[in-house]
Amino acid sequence: MNRFWKATAASAVLLGLASGSAYAQEIVGLITKTEGNPFFVKMREGAQAKAQELGLELRTFAGEFDGDNESQIAAIESLIAAGAKGFAIVPSDSSAIVPTIQQARDAGLLVIVLDTPLDPMDAADATFATDNRQAGRLIGQWAAGTLGDEAANAKIAFLDLATNQPTVDYLRDQGFMEGFGIDVKDPNRYGDEDDPRICGHEVTGGAEEGGVTAMETLLQRCPDVNVVYAINEPAAAGGYQALQSVGKDDGSVLIVAIDGGCPGVQNVKEGIIGATSQQYPLDMASLAMEAIAKFAEDGTKPEVDPELGFYDTGARLVTDKPVDGVESIDTTEAAELCWG
Amino acid sequence: MSDDASGVTTAERGLGSGPAGVASFEDEAPGAGRRIQHFFHQNPTAIPAIILLVAVAVFGFVTGGRFFGSLNLSLILAQVTLIALLGTAQTLVIITAGIDLSVGAIMVLSSIIMGKLAVDYQVPVAIAFPAGLLTGLLCGFLNGLLVTALKLPPFIVTLGTWSIYGALITLVSNAATIRAQALDQYAPFLRWMGARIPLGGGAFLMYGSILMLLVAVVIWYLLSRTAFGRHVYAIGDDANAARLAGIQVNRTLLGVYTLAGLLCGIAGWVLIGRVGAVSPLGNQTANLDAITAVVIGGTSLFGGRGSILGTLFGALIVGVFDSGLSLTGVDPLWRQLTVGALIIIAVAIDQWIRRVSA
Repeated sequence: MNRFWKATAASAVLLGLASGSAYAQEIVGLITKTEGNPFFVKMREGAQAKAQELGLELRTFAGEFDGDNESQIAAIESLIAAGAKGFAIVPSDSSAIVPTIQQARDAGLLVIVLDTPLDPMDAADATFATDNRQAGRLIGQWAAGTLGDEAANAKIAFLDLATNQPTVDYLRDQGFMEGFGIDVKDPNRYGDEDDPRICGHEVTGGAEEGGVTAMETLLQRCPDVNVVYAINEPAAAGGYQALQSVGKDDGSVLIVAIDGGCPGVQNVKEGIIGATSQQYPLDMASLAMEAIAKFAEDGTKPEVDPELGFYDTGARLVTDKPVDGVESIDTTEAAELCWG
Repeated sequence: MSDDASGVTTAERGLGSGPAGVASFEDEAPGAGRRIQHFFHQNPTAIPAIILLVAVAVFGFVTGGRFFGSLNLSLILAQVTLIALLGTAQTLVIITAGIDLSVGAIMVLSSIIMGKLAVDYQVPVAIAFPAGLLTGLLCGFLNGLLVTALKLPPFIVTLGTWSIYGALITLVSNAATIRAQALDQYAPFLRWMGARIPLGGGAFLMYGSILMLLVAVVIWYLLSRTAFGRHVYAIGDDANAARLAGIQVNRTLLGVYTLAGLLCGIAGWVLIGRVGAVSPLGNQTANLDAITAVVIGGTSLFGGRGSILGTLFGALIVGVFDSGLSLTGVDPLWRQLTVGALIIIAVAIDQWIRRVSA
């Protein structure tokens, strides 16, 4: 019995010490769009590792679906209530979340936006993101360079994201067009171009299933398609599946995408996707954690590129068939940097 | 349209083997409207069939016949296969006056169990595949158990399990996609349902569509030619009356939800074939799409009326509108709007017909 009490007392002391040290840690947050996307899973891993290294207590939240603004508002409120020093967020709705972000900043939290800039961008303390227009330009230039003179008679199918054309959707699409040499008309909207090389745009939701259906629809509009732009690699994989069904997996169609996830890089290696622009979610998250730690320490806020208005975490073109004048890395190198 | 008169069982007629009519009303002088109403009341699939025919004719005319291209018609069938399969499961549940919001999540979860076991753990496909089907069956069984044992409304139960199965999808898959090439290497059988039988002239038939039609026939037989089917309709019509008539209401309901879950498991297999990969993304609205097909197909959300054939028509109507509007180059937003309007019209017609028996 005596021994039992001793053990209990000892564990109570240990528990007290453990929780005591936990209280000493600064709280930081990471809020992503959803749980169910490897991009955000990787982001969380990057944040977790960095937070541990810096001795921060990380709390993670996610919406239930892409576009779930309510959950993100609740997450921010709970971080304010917990007395967090700051948080990083991938906004589901870039404009609807702004008032809540303002509340957090008023309460003295450092707010860093990742991946998807707010509208307006300066509603956050800083934004760490991929320059999506540039990512699109890279694959556009690569596609035009690969086709050479044939680029003038290309037939291009666009596998886009959603009907409401969120930021990332038009930035990538229009970037691709710029890189390929298509007159984009309004640079913040796709679908208003009149270039005869465009077969059409269909939305995929950024998933395989949507990619299959969208590609099937576009194949009917132009059976002689030879270039496919995809918003991301899952949509590209779906598009390939539809092309395969009609025997167009013989290398006659050039597929380009954006993301740089591991399955996507593997698809580039196997020649299913011609080229992809790789982005670095892990860097975004760990840089954000460092910035918040620094802010907690001495109150300095991170610097961003004055030109772009955000800190560009970079995008590299991944392909095994490089084109002159477009810088790229091969799939072996990309496989070491990939996520998901 | 004499496919299914059993959808109109009424308490007066009792259960068992009565004549295939309905309780009739002796109007002094039935007007034309009354007669039309009565006809539709006896033939619940007539409305969706008419809508389908009209839609096909209109789109064929507007697109200058391109709509009737053999490839286009084949694609419509391929594209509605999954929704028709889920719709079949959903029809069973809705006829009992229940609803299953978790069908889409069960389908994706089943497909992930199959792919994960076969590729990541290299379990022989002879085990991985049944494990996926069993997952679907168990999810359905859990839905049924909660509805019958805890006496909770089906809407609430499946709202909850939809979330639970959705979370399991992410937990099990770790949000990662299993690539088509990995499936080819370890379990090509899982992609089999996506294979196509060429029919010449660009037309084709996907294996998954054949399976969907077979499943529809089996469930149609079950609903219209067996005692179990009669019980399903009777429960939907009036659960208390069914209980008094000696029907094992809880056991039947448990069977319905479990069977629906199994059908979702089968849909999971077809999903892998159709998409080519095993993906935790997408299909977020599959449950609602299935309900849409069922409702447009003339099955009543109030239970006791409806048919599998109607649901097939319902799924085809949505597919035809989607394809027709996209061929005419209409903005996808208008497609969404049209389908929404169709739902309202379908339910309004259902209500109007019901006034016959009111």
